[in-house]
Formats: sequence, C-alpha cells, structure tokens
Amino acid sequence: MLDILAVTGRHFIEKLAGFGRATLVLMHALFVWPQPRTSIPLIVKQLYSVGVKSLLIIAVSGLFIGMVLGLQGYTILVDFASEQAVGQMVALSLVRELAPVVTALLFAGRAGSALTAEIGLMKATEQLASLEMIGVDPLRRIVAPRLWAGFISMPLLSMIFAIVGIYGGAVVSIDWLGVYSGSFWSVMQSSVDFYDDVLNGVIKSLVFGFVITWIAVYQGLQSVPTSEGISQATTQTVVYSSLMILALDFVLTALMFGNI
Amino acid sequence: MRTRTIEILVGLFVVCGLLAALALAVTVSGLSGTKQDTYKIYAHFDNIGGLTKKAEVTLAGVQIGTVTNIKLDPQMLTAVVEMHIFSEVNYLSIDSSVQILTSGLLGGKYIGLSVGAEEEVLTDGGVIEDSQSALVLEELIGKFLFNKVSD
Repeated sequence: MLDILAVTGRHFIEKLAGFGRATLVLMHALFVWPQPRTSIPLIVKQLYSVGVKSLLIIAVSGLFIGMVLGLQGYTILVDFASEQAVGQMVALSLVRELAPVVTALLFAGRAGSALTAEIGLMKATEQLASLEMIGVDPLRRIVAPRLWAGFISMPLLSMIFAIVGIYGGAVVSIDWLGVYSGSFWSVMQSSVDFYDDVLNGVIKSLVFGFVITWIAVYQGLQSVPTSEGISQATTQTVVYSSLMILALDFVLTALMFGNI
Repeated sequence: MRTRTIEILVGLFVVCGLLAALALAVTVSGLSGTKQDTYKIYAHFDNIGGLTKKAEVTLAGVQIGTVTNIKLDPQMLTAVVEMHIFSEVNYLSIDSSVQILTSGLLGGKYIGLSVGAEEEVLTDGGVIEDSQSALVLEELIGKFLFNKVSD
C-alpha cells in the first residue's frame, strides 16, 4: 500500500523536477544579454531549417484542407439555400481553429522531431560537452536560436496555411461549384473580424510554436545519449507536443471565444 | 554563397508570411487602411431583430454604406442604428425610409433604404424618421394564430 503511494509520489516529483529543469533551460536560453551580431545569423540559419523547409508541407496541406472545407461546407449549406455562407465557414474555421492547430501538429512532426534528434545526437556525440569545454554556452549557441526560430516561424506558417486554405476553398466553391464570388467574399469579410478572429488565431499559433520548440529542445537535452534514447526522445516530443497543442487549444479557445 | 542562399530563402519566407498576414487583414477580414469617405446618419427602430454591426446598407440592392453602431435610446426605448454612408451617395432625401431586410432564408440582416420625394438631402448626423422594424417570425406567427381564432 505504502509502496504504491511511494511510486506515485516519486513519479510526481520526477515530473515536477523535469518541468522545473525545462523552465530553467528556457530562462537560461532566452533571458540573456542580447548579442545581435552573433545570434542573428544563427537564428537565420535555424529559420531556414525550421521555417522554410516546412513551408511546402504547410502550404500543400493548407490548400487541401481549404478545398475539403469548401466542398463539405457547400454540400451542407446548399440544402438551406445559403451556399454563399461557405466563405464565412471556410474562413472562420481556418482562421480560428484549423490553421493554428493543424500547422502546429505538422510543425511538431516536421520540425520538432528534427530538433530533438539533432540536439540528442549532439549530446550523444558529446558536442555539447565540448562546446562547454571551449567556453561556449551550448544553451546560448544551440538552444536559444532554435527556440527563437520556432517562435518566429510558427505564426508565419499558420498565416500562410490560413490564406492558402481560404484561396483553396474559394477555388472549389467559386470556380467549381458556382458560388457567386461577390457574396462569397463579402459574407466572409462581414463575418471575420480582424482583431477577434485573425489576431486570436495568430496568438494561438505563437503559443503553440513556443510550446513545441520548448518541448523539442528540452527532450533533446534530456535524452539518454544512446540511439535508443534518441528515438524515444523524438517519439516523446511528437506525442507530448501534440497533446499539449490540443489541450492548450481548448483552453485558449475557451478564453478567447468562450464568452460569446 | 551558401549562407547567402539561405538568407534569401529565409527572407522570402518572412515576406510570404507578412503577405499572408496582409491578405488575411484585407481580403478576409475586410480591414482596409484607406478608409472610404463616409458620413453618418441615424435611424430609430422599434426592433432590430438580429441586425449586427458591419451589416450592409443598400439602396435598390446596391451597397451604399455599412451599419457601424447599434445603441439603445434610454428615453424613447428604441434602437438607434448608426450608419456610415459613402460620401459620393449625397442625394438621399430627408424623407427617405429604411427597413430591415433578410437576404435569403437564413442569410444575414441588412438595411434597405428607399429615397423619398423631398428636395432637401440628408447630411452628416441626419436622422431618418420613417423606419420599419425587422420581421420577427414569432410575432408574425402570433398574429396569424390570433386572426385564425377570431375568424
């Protein structure tokens, strides 16, 4: 009986300690005296591997999700003779929910796992230790640019996702299904509010980008330096960040849109 | 050379993202930096029945402005609707009438304006006296049932 309690307690303490270490890593990497001359080229390099390389998958999935939304929305709305509202449906669901969440899930799979594997391997091959030996802070040199790159590129990717999706939906509903383009866009414009909908979506994606890169970097630093450990850490990055995205999405949606 | 390509691609990525933000602002949410010149007119309604901000104001079905604010008049207990009319539409006579209409069965509410016969035109801050409230389905059904009973 006491053993069970002890096991629960130990697990809880371990999780709490992990969270504390992750927070320390984050603080240490982010809140340092800025050195723009050395850090900006590093961030640009990371923006390339985190942002630019994710662009294609984000744009393609955005296009298809927008097209599916247009198709599905049309078949439902045409029953009520209000198929011009398909623009509103596509835009609102993309801007508020699908763009931040789906982008974040793809980003976790595409960029988060790569970050963990990279940092895990650096740890396994003792590159991090040797950086420390020559007096370079690995948190600053390796971790901080990756955190910033994830933080910057997530909202950009999410906005690209949304706009590509909306144009995909427009192509399907206007060109293929024959919704009148004037009412498609005007119904959309009169229902989507820039501050309430677009900006809240951007805030969501900022939060997601932050959480994903934080989890990815921390899992990489914490991984057991073996091939098995790295694979486990990569899996955990994807699992944890997907769960966190979905849970946080609910919390954020409740905070932003719950009182309407 | 290698760094330069990376830098160019990153620059392209950031520009794409900012363009997407701009497109979301302008084409999706209808936020426009260059505000069209408008003037304000007001109308009182007994019941606005689901009219919202940003609803269209139309004349003969063509948009001539938008609803910008809806308030309750505490003295008269009616709804005061503030409309911004495009300034090139400067020929609305002071005895114009407004009514709240619905586009389609489930479509949004909008305001339909009909011009009267007076020479004088509405200017900034003008008030339209003649207004017809929104059609509320429950009231309509209630009236219908009442007539049936009294028959």
